[in-house]
Amino acid sequence: MKKLSKTAKRNIVAYSFIAPNFIGFAVFTLVPVLCAFVLAFTKWDGSNPMEFVGLSNFKELFGNKLFRAAVKNTIIYSIGTVPLTMAASLGLAVLLNKKVFGRAVFRTIAFFPYVASLVAVTAVWKMLFSKSGPVNAILYYVFKVPSDQLPKWFVGGLALVSFILFSVWKYMGYYMVIYLAGLQGISAELYEAASLDGASGWQKFRYITVPQLKPTSFFITVMLTINCFKVFDVAVLLAGGDSNSLTESSEVLVHFIYQKAFGEWRLGYASAAAMVLFIFVLVVTLVQFRGESKYANS
Amino acid sequence: MNKKTKLRSKKQNKVVGMILTYVLLIVVALIMIVPFLWMLSSSIKADREVFQMNPFKWIPDVIRWDNYSKIWTKMPFGKYIENTAILTVIVTFLQLLTSSFAAYAFAKLDFKYKKTLFLAYIATIAVPWQVYMVPQFIMMTNAFHLGDKLLAMICLQAFSAFGVFMMRQFYMEIPDELCEAARIDGMSEYKIWARIMLPLSKPAISTLTIFTFVATWNDYLGPLIYLTTDTKKTIQLGIKAHFIGQYSSEYGLLMAASVVSLVPVLIMFLALQRYFVEGVASTGIKG
Repeated sequence: MKKLSKTAKRNIVAYSFIAPNFIGFAVFTLVPVLCAFVLAFTKWDGSNPMEFVGLSNFKELFGNKLFRAAVKNTIIYSIGTVPLTMAASLGLAVLLNKKVFGRAVFRTIAFFPYVASLVAVTAVWKMLFSKSGPVNAILYYVFKVPSDQLPKWFVGGLALVSFILFSVWKYMGYYMVIYLAGLQGISAELYEAASLDGASGWQKFRYITVPQLKPTSFFITVMLTINCFKVFDVAVLLAGGDSNSLTESSEVLVHFIYQKAFGEWRLGYASAAAMVLFIFVLVVTLVQFRGESKYANS
Repeated sequence: MNKKTKLRSKKQNKVVGMILTYVLLIVVALIMIVPFLWMLSSSIKADREVFQMNPFKWIPDVIRWDNYSKIWTKMPFGKYIENTAILTVIVTFLQLLTSSFAAYAFAKLDFKYKKTLFLAYIATIAVPWQVYMVPQFIMMTNAFHLGDKLLAMICLQAFSAFGVFMMRQFYMEIPDELCEAARIDGMSEYKIWARIMLPLSKPAISTLTIFTFVATWNDYLGPLIYLTTDTKKTIQLGIKAHFIGQYSSEYGLLMAASVVSLVPVLIMFLALQRYFVEGVASTGIKG
């Protein structure tokens, strides 16, 4: 047998490390990713022959009222959720960064909604905010809102508001932890110097904490925005009917894809909508790359 | 104002600030925890008591423990738990094993096409799963005939690019000299991975374990697409299918099932909390 060269041997060993993951990754992720780009330009129901249709899927998409609603709602949801979650998580992180008693307990409590399953917590939220639930009961008994004016939280214009409130509640603990790590990276000397100059607590927050946390905030904005674009479970579990259906006031992008693909078997059309999602995410990712090179130097 | 009163007012400010801090913290903690208390409370109530507001009772006069026994007979709840547990354990195990294996090569070995292969991983991290879930599903069902099978869910979640990326980041921080020294001692690469890298990467492994565990246990969209037969469903799908609908009003049972579904995640979270927090924090610092 011919003796293998040293480099060949080295390569084989390295590939043997990568192979178990890479084979699975290539088959189950890489191939579908590539297919997704092709599928967007076809008409296919999964069983009959596939047909290339060029850009017509995209033309139909932009003429579709429900699709436009899905895009609009997803953007409104993101615009509402991103700043509110950031403000809430930063506020909480600042409070927990002080020397407070029971800090670990508070942190665990704030973090728990993040690990709790969506089906369970949305079920609770739906009950809390239902027509005769405790939130409306408080509005009725305490704030004397007449019973015929009590809000329906998950339909019409309020649906998106509910999604946003719920998401802030569920995800703020996660981003709070990231902010806490960022806060611990700020040197105490900065605050001491500011105290000597007689700066107030608010001034310290405004002129030290916020600028020092810029890289963290940037990272959180990117992550949150991408996660918001991918919203599905929150919308479907809070506002969806029995068959996971959504109406125009609560439709979101991923649900539109889901519905077209697995409800109507219009795979090409669904993939075209998926491309729109991809472009949204891509834009944010490119912004992130630019930002990362900027903050890496500072 | 003389110096003494100024100092005193500063001290007063500090006390007021501390009180304000605690008040705010307690309010936030209550907002976070009340939904879970409501869940617990409703899980031991009769359905008609759940929405009884005036007067509202956290603990009902008659405690309905049987809500917790009924959920096992009203639906194949045991089967759901079994399915979810199998899925979660296998996915987590495969994910850890294959990711740390591949990550070792990317972090510590030199080989041909290393950059190209790693780029393939990085590029797909930027593509959300929702973008390619449709062709993936078609491939799984048409080519591999895995429709409505738990195995499809395993294949789909066990080889994530994220795991490789995360483990690689961690291995990069372990000094190369450690591996060099072991190589000189005649250790094979496999032994170095098993005897040196793996024991050193406990924090990273714990982080990846809890992330994967929680994500798989709580996943909704994946099982929703793939699993259609009732007895093959995961716990999330099962609860949704049986108790959440326009006409269902078995609130006590729904809440009892929800409580049970949270228990494994809660245990996992409390046990590995430190690593979870560190893992989340480090993803932030990276940015």
